[in-house]
Amino acid sequence: MTLTGWLQTLLFFVLVLALTKPVGAWLFRVFEADTQPLPRVLGPVERALLRLCGVRREHEQTWVQYTVALLAFSLLGVVILYALQRLQHVLPLNPRGLPAVGPELAFNTAASFVANTNWQSYAGESTLSYATQMVGLTWQNFVSAASGLGVALALARGLTRRPGPEGRKTLGNFWVDLVRGTLYVLLPLSFVAALFFVSQGVLQNLAPYHEFTTVEGVKQTLAFGPVASQEAIKMLGTNGGGFFNANSAHPFENPTPLTNLAQLLLIFLLPAGLTHTYGKMTGDTKQGWVLFAAMSVLFLVGAAASYAAESQSNPALASAQVLQHGNLEGKEARFGVAASTLFATVTTDASCGAVNAMHDSFTALGGLVPLVNMQLGEVIFGGVGAGLYGILVMAVLAVFIAGLMVGRTPEFLGKKIEVREMKLAMLYVLVFPLAILGLSAVGVVLPQGTSSLNNAGPHGLSEILYAFTSGVANNGSAFAGLNANTPFWNISLGVSMLAGRFLMMVPVMALAGSLVGKKVVSPGPGTFPTEGVLFTGLLVSVVLIVGALTFFPALSLGPIVEHFLGAAGKVY
Amino acid sequence: MAPASRQASLLDPTLLKPAVWESFKKLHPRDVARNPVMFVVWAGSLLTTVFVFKDLVSPRADGAPLWFTVSVMLWLWFTVLFANFAEAVAEGRGKAQASALRRMRQDTQARRLNDNNQEERVTAPSLRKGDRVVCEAGDVIPGDGEVVEGIASVDESAVTGESAPVIRESGGDRSAVTGGTKVLSDRIVIRISVDPGESFLDRMIGLVEGAARKKTPNEIALHILLVGLTLVFLLACVTLVPLALYSGVPLSGTAVVALLVCLIPTTIGGLLSAIGIAGMDRLLRKNVLALSGRAVEAAGDVDTLLLDKTGTITLGNRMATELLPMPGVRVEELAEAAQLASLADETPEGRSVVTLVKDTYKMRPRELRAHQATFVPFTAQTRMSGCDLVDPHPRSIRKGAVEAIVRHAQELGGTVPEELAQAAGRIGDAGGTPLAVAEGARVLGIIHLKDVVKGGIKERFDRFRAMGIRTVMITGDNPRTAAAIAREAGVDDFLAEATPEAKLALIRTEQAKGKLVAMTGDGTNDAPALAQADVGVAMNTGTQAAKEAGNMVDLDSNPTKLLEVVEVGKQLLMTRGTLTTFSIANDVAKYFAILPALFMGVFPQIAPLNVMGLTSPFSAILSAVIFNALIIVALIPLALKGVRYRPLGAAALLRRSLLLYGVGGVIVPFVGIKVIDVLLTTVGLA
Repeated sequence: MTLTGWLQTLLFFVLVLALTKPVGAWLFRVFEADTQPLPRVLGPVERALLRLCGVRREHEQTWVQYTVALLAFSLLGVVILYALQRLQHVLPLNPRGLPAVGPELAFNTAASFVANTNWQSYAGESTLSYATQMVGLTWQNFVSAASGLGVALALARGLTRRPGPEGRKTLGNFWVDLVRGTLYVLLPLSFVAALFFVSQGVLQNLAPYHEFTTVEGVKQTLAFGPVASQEAIKMLGTNGGGFFNANSAHPFENPTPLTNLAQLLLIFLLPAGLTHTYGKMTGDTKQGWVLFAAMSVLFLVGAAASYAAESQSNPALASAQVLQHGNLEGKEARFGVAASTLFATVTTDASCGAVNAMHDSFTALGGLVPLVNMQLGEVIFGGVGAGLYGILVMAVLAVFIAGLMVGRTPEFLGKKIEVREMKLAMLYVLVFPLAILGLSAVGVVLPQGTSSLNNAGPHGLSEILYAFTSGVANNGSAFAGLNANTPFWNISLGVSMLAGRFLMMVPVMALAGSLVGKKVVSPGPGTFPTEGVLFTGLLVSVVLIVGALTFFPALSLGPIVEHFLGAAGKVY
Repeated sequence: MAPASRQASLLDPTLLKPAVWESFKKLHPRDVARNPVMFVVWAGSLLTTVFVFKDLVSPRADGAPLWFTVSVMLWLWFTVLFANFAEAVAEGRGKAQASALRRMRQDTQARRLNDNNQEERVTAPSLRKGDRVVCEAGDVIPGDGEVVEGIASVDESAVTGESAPVIRESGGDRSAVTGGTKVLSDRIVIRISVDPGESFLDRMIGLVEGAARKKTPNEIALHILLVGLTLVFLLACVTLVPLALYSGVPLSGTAVVALLVCLIPTTIGGLLSAIGIAGMDRLLRKNVLALSGRAVEAAGDVDTLLLDKTGTITLGNRMATELLPMPGVRVEELAEAAQLASLADETPEGRSVVTLVKDTYKMRPRELRAHQATFVPFTAQTRMSGCDLVDPHPRSIRKGAVEAIVRHAQELGGTVPEELAQAAGRIGDAGGTPLAVAEGARVLGIIHLKDVVKGGIKERFDRFRAMGIRTVMITGDNPRTAAAIAREAGVDDFLAEATPEAKLALIRTEQAKGKLVAMTGDGTNDAPALAQADVGVAMNTGTQAAKEAGNMVDLDSNPTKLLEVVEVGKQLLMTRGTLTTFSIANDVAKYFAILPALFMGVFPQIAPLNVMGLTSPFSAILSAVIFNALIIVALIPLALKGVRYRPLGAAALLRRSLLLYGVGGVIVPFVGIKVIDVLLTTVGLA
């Protein structure tokens, strides 16, 4: 561990902190204000798009209508993306002449990009045409992030809207949120970020792959493509699907430490900003900062643990008499240990899933941190939108316990948390253990599951656990070490991603629908305040307890056992 | 129900014995299935019993030793039994009260009046709504009803536990009588107001027995949380089997069941229904009959409390507190006149004047007859009363409303000093009522009649304020008087010149602002407001209409009882919350006890995870199971008595609870499991 290493993390955090308020305020103006920013430029585009789809802006939807629209739109996305891959050999923009993608892989990829996961069972440069990448994947990178934003806004509206005498029950309009999120937020920011990346040397062309002979006389193929444009939204939308298989470790995707910092910031930009947007929606920005604080605590602890673990020398190399500066296996030398562990922490905190180092090569505890980050429910800033609605569900649980302990029937922002809300919150909580542990249990027993493993023992278990965790948590980062491009893995992971996205979104939307019509109880001295240090601590504890108690047994057979065995000199 | 039975101690041996028997009876799957958390434990116990038999029939050399499987099985059954026991103890107290109540209801004979007003003897259960019955001294009132004729003193101790008799009379707000109470004197005619099976006594029996008990909304919500957590742990434990299989770790079924039972929230799951029953029971012991559990929970949330001024905040009647002589009048002169004018006045105000003069000016009341006095009674026309004396010289003394006395004096040609109006104004400002005294045409001075605020009431309101509850006084007085009394009593707000409509409107405005409103009342005109309020406490002395409208009845008819009701409501929720927190926090230690024990056989390197240094895998698992069972028993007293409520702010309260039950909940099992492990090792079970 070095001072520079710690300062990198600190610098990053300070920048996130500084950007949260302006980004949050911008989002608030886009979604909640009467007039949107840049009315002259973007206003006509928004109106034209909505008119084209036959959507009236003032028409608000109930939670059922909103959810149906979201699910229908997502289903359509899966079908189109699947078709694009299956037909890419007959479609234009395929200079390499890549063949059609196989059915299981095409399903996996379609599910992955619609669910904002961007798990990649394929290697981009050798599987997908430029058309598939640009029209299919990049499109989904935008709209899946915008969909997540929509659900988060719907829940925040459910919590903060005051029902009128006629009992307002609507949560906004999915199509309006989708268009605004894309038009006012994702597109402009991606555009600026892409230009910056190009300036730093990230590739952006439609040229065919370049064949050349290396100095050693070996023939190599240099893959090209429209990288920068996808890179920006890959980070900003917490998507994480790299243009190349090596993802952000690839020098054409992430060439310098500066682009590395920019990519990290893009990941946290919207999830952090959303906490402030939420605060503004409640009318008390402190409410937002409490969420930000809880997330920050969990982030900083994870980042520190990961950095500390990876700064240790590899015990297996101790006998080789080599000078070690931490565990550098699988890390890019231009980033080093600190920036690699920070990236691993941020990308798994925020369900992004882009990687700039191989998580499989991390030490047992260093690999435990990304795994735990995801298993905590992707609420440490989390995915765009998903982080906010995830932590709000945790807050509902925290408020329920806290409310009881102060002797009042629990309420959150003045809305009573009753039977229906608890049912929905628990449905949401149950998806993680059901999908992750259930599928992992199947994966370790079936030969189709274990035959893909590169490593035996606890490390193999970690690989399987990581894959399903990444899928259900919609993270998409891979531990690697697992050949996921087999029918079993493609289908099971595809299912896990869809479950982790939509089985969780539906209860969240139902929760929003249940809350929005509730009358608001005015706070008194006996009301538990949901701002301040105490609630932050409680929220952190609830997140930790729900996650840790669920996954501790499985983790103890994976990375934890591996750590103790590694310390005793046994490696896998 | 005698008061003694209500004070039954927490763990009365006469209640414990049947409770033990009950806890075995409750092992029936139908009973267990009502509590999903304990159902999982029950199923786990059954499963381990099967394991034990399997081991007995075909012992496996590599399996867990038989003593271990048997011990785990026994302690798992104990876990279920302990939870059943907690519920049985809570119910037991109610059952004892119910049987006392039932004895009272039996064999009452009623004297029913037929249409020709002739009496006929019938049994109490045959009475129907609308029947009229006669009760005389010594009769037990056969059913709930309203006195339509006569006045009687009634012993209501059977219902209220209060031995002093109360007066019941036809008309007005004191006409309701309760079946099972006894007429001590006089004769009354009662119109029965309920059909058999619906009477107050029936409802009371149902309530105390817990037969009528439905899960309250918050209890259901908490149940959902617990069931959700149980499912999470079920998934974690069931999937652990294939994960362990992959890792080459053989897991015995007994160990997995033990892990599952230790992780699911059995502590709160086992005590939850006992907490609810005990909460209702606590209210009952405070002589409040809650007609719904929802109301008890709502009581914990009350933001605004509406209280009638008269009888609640102030003593029922105004009292003379001061004499203000006019210039040129000696105070003794005024005192003597005031005393003479009040001697024959039997109203409480009149008596209080006599008392004041006697106590303050040491003048003994004189025999009116000796002065050949004639008493002039109060009439609505004159608005004065007083007396005319003949001996030793003719005097005419009057006291009454200031305007009336002024008119009286002026008619007799007297002059009224300016100071009179000033003094009267001052008294009005202070919330009092001025009463002028005149002898002939000469105005002597003013008696200050004052509403006397009950002793200790200010402190009670301070307590309400500390709880975050706003108190609003309701009075028919004018705003000036109301403000003065409100200030003196320390209420936060008041509603003056209140009409039933104004009360209802006030409740509605408060509710529209998102407040929960509680109110107490007794009169028929309170009924709409009691029904509208979230928590309506009707006084037992009140009318039938008021009792029907409210959702609680206070048998003691003490309006500040709401303070206790609120506390019980809060206690109920707090007990649930803290035990839930404790239960979940316990899991950390249980993981550290059981998981290393499960894996240590294959991976001895993980020994450092055995932070408690437990002797062997078997003793570790068994210790965790035993701790898990014993903690239920240890917490039964807390569940029944409830966590103590302190009127601190919400944040302070939470910090305290989190520290005590959250942090404590993490630490206690580490110690407990270690101690049990040491004991097991000592007796050679390790």
